[in-house]
Amino acid sequence: MGAQKKGATARVSEDPEELARHPLQAILLADSFTTKFRPITLERPKVLLPLVNIPMINYTLAWLESAGVEEVFVFCCAHSKQVIDYLESSEWSSQPKFSVTTIESHNSISAGDALRLIYERNVIHGDFVLISGDTVSNMSLTQALQEHKDRRKKDANAIMTMVVKQSKPSPITQQSRLGTDELFMAINPVTKQLLYYEDKAEYSKGFISLDKTLIADNPSVILHNDKQDCYIDICSQQVLSLFTDNFDYQHLRRHFVKGLLVDDIMGYKIFTHEIHSSYAARIDNFRSYDTISKDIIQRWTYPFVPDVLCGSSAIKVERQGTYRASDVTLSRSAQFGSFTFIGQGTKIGTDTKISHSVIGERCTIGSNVTIEGSYIWNNVTIEDGCQLRNAIVCDGVILKSGAVLQPGVILSFEVVVGQQFVVPAYSKVSLLQQPTQQDSDEELEYADSTSGTGELRSDKLNGDIAPDLSETASELGTGGVGYIWTVFEGAYDEEWRHSVAPIPTDKLVKLMLDKDEDEELLTQDGNVISASRELKTDSDGNGSEDDDNEDSRDDYVSFEKEVEATFLRAVHENVKVDLAVLEVNALRLSYNMASVDCGGAIFYSMMKLAVESPHNSASELHRNAADIVTTWQKLLKSFLHDIDEEIEVILKFEEMCLESAKEFAALFPQILHLLYDKEILQEDAILRWADEKEGADESDKVFLKRSEKFIQWLREAEEEEDDEDE
Amino acid sequence: MPDTQALVNDFLNKLKKRKIEGSQATAKQTAELLRSVISQTRMPYTNQAAALIHSVKAVGERLIAANPVELAVGNVVRRVLHIVREEDLSLTTAAMAGLNLSAESDDEDDTDRDNHPALSAAAIAAASRSTLRPPSLQTLLEDVPDSAAVPHTSSSGGDSEGKSKSADKSSRSRKLKHDVIEAVNELIQDISTCHELIAEQAVEHIHQNEVILTLGSSRTVLEFLCAAKEKKRSFRVFVAEGAPRYQGHLLAKELVTRGLQTTLITDSAVFAMISRVNMVIVGAHAVMANGGVIAPVGLNMVALAAQKHAVPFVVLAGSHKLCPLYPHHPEVLLNELRSPSELLDFGEFSDCLDFGSGIGAPLLHVVNPTFDYVPPKLVSLFITDTGGHNPSYMYRLIADYYSADDLVLERRTTSGN
Repeated sequence: MGAQKKGATARVSEDPEELARHPLQAILLADSFTTKFRPITLERPKVLLPLVNIPMINYTLAWLESAGVEEVFVFCCAHSKQVIDYLESSEWSSQPKFSVTTIESHNSISAGDALRLIYERNVIHGDFVLISGDTVSNMSLTQALQEHKDRRKKDANAIMTMVVKQSKPSPITQQSRLGTDELFMAINPVTKQLLYYEDKAEYSKGFISLDKTLIADNPSVILHNDKQDCYIDICSQQVLSLFTDNFDYQHLRRHFVKGLLVDDIMGYKIFTHEIHSSYAARIDNFRSYDTISKDIIQRWTYPFVPDVLCGSSAIKVERQGTYRASDVTLSRSAQFGSFTFIGQGTKIGTDTKISHSVIGERCTIGSNVTIEGSYIWNNVTIEDGCQLRNAIVCDGVILKSGAVLQPGVILSFEVVVGQQFVVPAYSKVSLLQQPTQQDSDEELEYADSTSGTGELRSDKLNGDIAPDLSETASELGTGGVGYIWTVFEGAYDEEWRHSVAPIPTDKLVKLMLDKDEDEELLTQDGNVISASRELKTDSDGNGSEDDDNEDSRDDYVSFEKEVEATFLRAVHENVKVDLAVLEVNALRLSYNMASVDCGGAIFYSMMKLAVESPHNSASELHRNAADIVTTWQKLLKSFLHDIDEEIEVILKFEEMCLESAKEFAALFPQILHLLYDKEILQEDAILRWADEKEGADESDKVFLKRSEKFIQWLREAEEEEDDEDE
Repeated sequence: MPDTQALVNDFLNKLKKRKIEGSQATAKQTAELLRSVISQTRMPYTNQAAALIHSVKAVGERLIAANPVELAVGNVVRRVLHIVREEDLSLTTAAMAGLNLSAESDDEDDTDRDNHPALSAAAIAAASRSTLRPPSLQTLLEDVPDSAAVPHTSSSGGDSEGKSKSADKSSRSRKLKHDVIEAVNELIQDISTCHELIAEQAVEHIHQNEVILTLGSSRTVLEFLCAAKEKKRSFRVFVAEGAPRYQGHLLAKELVTRGLQTTLITDSAVFAMISRVNMVIVGAHAVMANGGVIAPVGLNMVALAAQKHAVPFVVLAGSHKLCPLYPHHPEVLLNELRSPSELLDFGEFSDCLDFGSGIGAPLLHVVNPTFDYVPPKLVSLFITDTGGHNPSYMYRLIADYYSADDLVLERRTTSGN
């Protein structure tokens, strides 16, 4: 028939441009090889977690499809069965011109392993896009691909193009809006070559170190801290073989990128492509889950927004960015505020208030419930009077009436929270018990993400969970089911950084103060840092530059107090010297002090203790001091590495005698002698102190004069020694 | 038919991802797709029209659901359904009454079906249904001798007729399909030539030394202006840039390359400039049944400014943009919110969008609607491929193009499912 023919010709006319292009392939890692989404990821792979009610992987696949990728290899590891089942039943298995192939592995523990396995399969035939299944983007690949190909033609060593996007890190928390650490990149502005990549910068120290050959080799280098790594890479085939050659490469960034940047023998180069108007971000932790959900609701990812992905007849966008499915049962008095998503079949009772939240499908929400900034997945039951703030509530959870979720709570699948029970902030609750291995260590994360996930679930679900649960029912109130995972020490402090809840204001205030102090210290510390400091203030543009010395002074005083407290505790509880040294060192790091300050502070504490312990006469005081110094000389000694530090101690002592502990004024030379005897102070230090003081004002020389005899004796002794030497 | 199915899926995908820009391209591709759907539909012995309608509807629903904002898709689907009904009706009446009218009064308003047997069929069909709907232009202009000859034709079209008819079916079935496909071909032809047809009328509307204002970019407007230029009219054009997509820049560039005196202004300068303008000529996204216009954002403002200064506000729209629905219709999605990145740079504003600090909720809302609704009272004239029309006249044009049965296409399907 004529029409058929015409239809056919119409299709053919489209084909040439399709054929002219090399079929573009992509590797999608459907496993993040981390444990940041635990406990949820113990039961469901991260890529299938709903993001504004659509599994994350759908965003990634939809983007790949629209960006012109024709063949996607989905690498599944943890919960591979679930991923494969999902993909097979989804629309992706039947797309024309877009094939999704799954590659399953059970023993890969890192992205590196995954890529090595894919290399063995020999399925990648040209340039490919490397992406993980938790990336949301709407960028166009055409330009980036073209740039990559052009560079490849000129230089076969340009093996990778990384996509970056401008995104200013918060000046206070030093982390990006996605909850990842501040990222430093050095990029050649002309060639766009990536020269330096550091995502674990010791921001507390406030400096980064660049190889000086970098600056020598490149006419211009721009150091960015306002770029976000989108984790979308355009790679050539060599990337895979490089992973195979370097079998120790695990992490894409930490090992591979940094490895290539450091290694100048092979001369492989990585380039960057910056996107401006389009969006790209990767869900790395709960904070980015929150941020990206909000970005999606605000339509930054258009056309990958829920109403387009689901079809607008199913979900309608209303005023103020509210998304509502067609068959939501909403009570007349229920209020739902801006930027809220309500999924199909959900029922909401009277006087319930919902804002900035995502509510999944078939949920039942009672009356007088308050939901703010929370993510509620499917089939959740929330009874009357519950309050939820900044929480993630997974499928099948039941909140009995009056339950309260404080900010940052994660309730994993099918947890039941008892009546009136208050789940404390940042707790993670799951039906599964917490795995015993501690995974705070980065290296361990790889190890247990695979060995843990698969087996754990089967173990736990095979029956022994039932008796356990009745035991711990009280853990979540009456009728509650689930375990509250304990947070590891140390990790607790950092919990708020990656939580779904906004950072509490007191933390922000504290950080702000710390930062101000840091900056003060940095300025005092001298020239190395001032450069990086300038850089920081430049890009941040925050006005915390007011250089009043008061702050650092306060800081020192509080540090001194802390040291004193530590010292007193050490004395009273008979803590071993080694431990005391360790504690003081920790304090020094946390307050960012030099060891000079430690010596001074410890000495101060010792003398203060001596003064405060009961004494009747000066001689008794001297004895007290002598006792203390003898007992703790090792502690003091461990902070006095060189002469400057010793001089500092003398100066400190002098200061004390003038101000806080005038009783010592009379004993100054004796104590000095004591310290000399105990070999805490070297004679050089004392002599240099004396020399320095020579030129000072008369008022300053009080103690110098008092200890004149001692110094005289020292000088003579020295001369004698010299004589003997000669 | 796996082949059609693949085509349909492909097109659905494109619609979903908003990959097809412009009503005309969408309309044309929809018509082409429906044509192949029709040609692949297997015809049963009885009730063939119903089979066709069913298959077209099945695909049509999915197409409309894929991008409800693009009303042209729905329009074309309804036009095709209308064609099927009309053809079927004409065939049954012709077979029944043995009528075989030769080409009679040539109507210039309906799709031009000159030198084709379908013309007479359509005329009969229209005539036969004239009692059941408001008098259309076509029926008014024609002398309708045949309406009496087909007294028992019901509003449900030929479906019931098809069943009762037992005349040589094999030839009829082929004929129905053939006729429908021919008619759809003409529809496609119509859609692709609508720009020229509209542009032909340019000289009647643009006069010497006039100043024309337009906003954003529309191919119809471009061709319209250029047609006037080619006919040696000299006039000036003010182009409002059409934030946030700034397609006005492209239009200005295009106009300048064709030798037109062009002034580019910002959208906000429209009111200041409107007093110097003789006529506002704009394109539309869709024209609703009440004569209201869904148009690129900013046009309502222009229309209000034009009204204030009594400047004629002329909307150019191909007939595929005529939507039989009213803007208050629940199925009509009037707007689409696009990405805020068209308005502002994400990187620059990323610190305003940090949800980690502060109250955890965005304080900055960016709203980027695509369309405006211009009420009919602000529109002075519509120029379609069939000529100039008053807004109040739109419902009649619609009665010519669409069957009343198809208007609620979507609602029926949602309740059906």
